Amino acid sequence: MAPFEYLLRLGDDRLILGQRNAEWCGHGPILEEDIAIANIALDQIGQAELFLTLAGRAEGAGRDADALAYWRDETQFRNLQLVELPRGDFAFTMTRQFLFSAWSHFLLEGVAKSPDEDLAGIAAKAGKENRYHLRHAAEWVVRLGGGTDESHHRAQAALDELWPWTVEFFAEDDVERAAVAAGHASSLAGQKPQWDAMVADVFSRATLTTPTTPGRMVGGRQGRHTEYLGRLLAEMQIVARSHPGASW
Amino acid sequence: MVTAAACEARVFEILQEVLDPEVPAISVVDLGIVRGADVDGTRVTVRVTPTYSGCPATQVIEREIAEALKRHGFTEVTVKTVFSPPWTSDWIREEAREKLRAYGIAPPGKAGGALDLVQLGGPTKAVPCPYCGSSNTSRESEFGSTACKSIHVCHACRQPFEHFKAI
Repeated sequence: MAPFEYLLRLGDDRLILGQRNAEWCGHGPILEEDIAIANIALDQIGQAELFLTLAGRAEGAGRDADALAYWRDETQFRNLQLVELPRGDFAFTMTRQFLFSAWSHFLLEGVAKSPDEDLAGIAAKAGKENRYHLRHAAEWVVRLGGGTDESHHRAQAALDELWPWTVEFFAEDDVERAAVAAGHASSLAGQKPQWDAMVADVFSRATLTTPTTPGRMVGGRQGRHTEYLGRLLAEMQIVARSHPGASW
Repeated sequence: MVTAAACEARVFEILQEVLDPEVPAISVVDLGIVRGADVDGTRVTVRVTPTYSGCPATQVIEREIAEALKRHGFTEVTVKTVFSPPWTSDWIREEAREKLRAYGIAPPGKAGGALDLVQLGGPTKAVPCPYCGSSNTSRESEFGSTACKSIHVCHACRQPFEHFKAI
């Protein structure tokens, strides 16, 4: 079984990004897009539930996915800082989704080869869903980048703002290395050239300039978060915490 | 003496009564999510593989599977979720594809294949219209009313329709 800390990362990235994307529900720029973002969010929250269920099992303290999602505080979350940033405008949301889905594409391919049958199956399923997210977001990046002056400007601004946060995708630490050593994941350093090539291809089709700005100081994997995560959690957790144990 | 295979076949026959709550034209057996059953007297364990990670119908389906089997005399029903190998639309039974079409949902083509990252402006694989059969259709969105469907429109009969996604 993969270690608790590693499974939390898989679950938390998707839970927090799913929650952010779900904020668009009822606010999408067009009806089809409203439905698309809600669908993507649903997939991500579903994936999070499965990964967090495995995490709870690995921990062995009786916590299920709900306990982990609703009853941990900010510093106990292990998601990337990139996914907790506010949703911004539509260009920001889609550019982030593209960067994340492209990274997830290669990551999940590795996890799908885990010797843990449940983890491998869940990752393989998530990977299939992710292909839809990836294509959808990539097409939007191309559309916005090559669209009007306004859409191009917004897409480039989103990319410039997001880029320094992507350094965290490929930051390796002991938890990461242990997961790779046990066969639950492939190395992030090995995935990076593929990710670089994929995003460069799409940004060039989108007539966007890939930034060269250095990475930020990050620490989501260690529980250090931006000021935005706490507020997101407050909204996500308020109902469960106000009515502990409620069922409906 | 009834063989294990015959017992399993009986369970599959009963589960033909349980319809997919989101696409009530086909059963959970048609959908290919019932992967097997082990019968021990009046006790049964059914192995089910979910379609989409976030499919809200999963819990309803599990409950309805248990209810159907109890209606047919089983006293103890366990529904076990199996994640590996993951479900694919290729598991949808052949005869169910016709049922989908008759219901107004274009059945899925073969899953897998290359990841065409950006299809904008290029030709997309035309999904035949479930109403008039024309291939003069285009995709409106890869995301539809449920996780498993995309939205298309037919230019021949001017009918919008849904397509069960290949995944």
